[in-house]
Amino acid sequence: MSARYDRAITVFSPDGHLFQVEYAMEAVRKAYTAVGVRGKDVIVLGVEKKSTVKLQDPRTVRKIHMLDDHICVAFAGLTADARVLVNRARVECQSFKLNLEDPVTVDYITRYIAEIQQKYTQSGGVRPFGISTLVIGFDPDGTPQLYQTDPAGTFSAWKAQATGRNAKTVREFLEKNYSEEETADDEKTIKLAMKALLEVVESGSKNIEIAVMRRNEPLEILSDERVDEFVKQIEAEREAAEASNQ
Amino acid sequence: LVAFVLVTNQSSPQFCCIAGDAGRVAMDNLIGFVGKDYVLIASDTTTRHSIVVVKDDEDKTIQLDSHKLLALSGEQGDRVQFGEFIAKNIALNTLRSGIQMSTHAAANFTRGELAHFLRQSPYFVNILLAGYDNDVGPSLYFMDYLSSMHKMDKAGHGYGSYFILSTLDRLWKPGMSLDEGLKLMGACIQEIKTRLVINSPRYLVKVIDKDGVRIITPPKN
Repeated sequence: MSARYDRAITVFSPDGHLFQVEYAMEAVRKAYTAVGVRGKDVIVLGVEKKSTVKLQDPRTVRKIHMLDDHICVAFAGLTADARVLVNRARVECQSFKLNLEDPVTVDYITRYIAEIQQKYTQSGGVRPFGISTLVIGFDPDGTPQLYQTDPAGTFSAWKAQATGRNAKTVREFLEKNYSEEETADDEKTIKLAMKALLEVVESGSKNIEIAVMRRNEPLEILSDERVDEFVKQIEAEREAAEASNQ
Repeated sequence: LVAFVLVTNQSSPQFCCIAGDAGRVAMDNLIGFVGKDYVLIASDTTTRHSIVVVKDDEDKTIQLDSHKLLALSGEQGDRVQFGEFIAKNIALNTLRSGIQMSTHAAANFTRGELAHFLRQSPYFVNILLAGYDNDVGPSLYFMDYLSSMHKMDKAGHGYGSYFILSTLDRLWKPGMSLDEGLKLMGACIQEIKTRLVINSPRYLVKVIDKDGVRIITPPKN
C-alpha cells in the first residue's frame, strides 16, 4: 500500500525551483486578503469577506479561528486546507498544555504549523497546503506577537503583514504608515488595520471582518455596527485631509 | 478492612488497606447534591501514602470549563492524569465547535473514556461531575471506576458516602436554596468527621450556578 505513495509530487526543477510550492503560493495570491497589525497592547486581524452570496449563512464562514484561549489564526488560501491545519494546531495546543502545564507560545505553535507545511513539500503522495497563515497571540510574558507562515513552510515574525490577493498593495501601505505612534493604542491599531485593508477592499461591514486580540481577554470579533462606525470615521478623516490639502 | 498494620515474621511490617488497594477501596471522600439552581460539591483535601499524610490541601477537583466541575477520588496518579486528560479534550472540543458542551455531553464523554480504558489500562477513579446549563439547570453525574454512570440529585464516594447518603436521604429535599444547601453540606461533613475513623480535617466545597464555579464555605455548626 505504501509503495503506491512513495513517489514525491514536489520535486526540484533543473533550475532549482519547487514548482508545486510556487503553484501553492499562486493559489494563496488568488485568495481573499488577510492583514495583521501588531500594536502596543493589542493585535488586530482583518480579512476580506465574500459579499456576493445571498443564500449562505455568514456565521458559518469563519476565516479567523481560535487555536487556544490566547492564540488566534487567520489565513489566505484554500479553506479546506486551513481547516486541516487549524485542527492539528488545536490538538497540539491542548497536548502541549497537558504535558507541560503551560500554554504554547505564539512562536512554538507557528513553528509547529510551519513544520507541517514543510513536511507536505517533502513527502510522498501529498501536495503542499495552499494557505498562508497569520498567527497572532500574546506570549506568557505579555508581548504581543504576529507571525506568518507560507506553503513552503517558512515562518517569521512581523510588525504588520498582509497575505492573499493585493497583499503587495496592502503591505506597501503598511510600510508607509506603520509606526509606534500609529499603533500606540487599541483604536489606532484597529484603524490602521482597517485602512490598510480598505486600500484593496470595497468599504463596508459586508466586505470585511475585524478581530481584536487583547491580553488575557477572549478574542473580540467586531460587530458590523462597530466596523461601520470605524469605516465612517476613516472616510471622514480622509475627506478632511483632502479638504485641507486643497 | 481498614487501618490495621499486620506484623509478619518478615523484616518489615505489611501495611494493609489504609490507602486502599489501588483506589478500589477509596479513602477520598466526595459529596455532591443538587439544589434549586446550583450544585454543591465537597471533596476532602488529604493525600495519604500508607500511614503518612503527604498533603492536606489537595484540590481533588478539576474545572472543565466555566460551568463544569469534575471531582475525582481514588488512585492519585490516575486521578490527576485522567482528570487533566478529560479537561484538555473538553477544551479542544470547545475550540473546535465554538460552543461549550452540555453537562450531559461532558459526562457521557468522560464515561466513554473510562469505559474505553477499562479493558486496556483501567483508571481507578470514582467521579462526581457537576455542571450548570442554562436550559437544563444544575445537574450531577455519579460515575465509578467500572464506568457506570447515573444522573443523581445526591451522591457520594468513599467511606464517608456510607454515612452521608443516609444523612442526605433524611435531610435533602428538592429545590433547596443555597443557604439551606450549605447548612446541609456542613451537616454531612460533620457527620463524616464524627463517625469515620480515618478522616480529613478539611473539606473543599465548591458551588456551580449560573455565575460559574467558585469556592464556598459551609457554616460551622
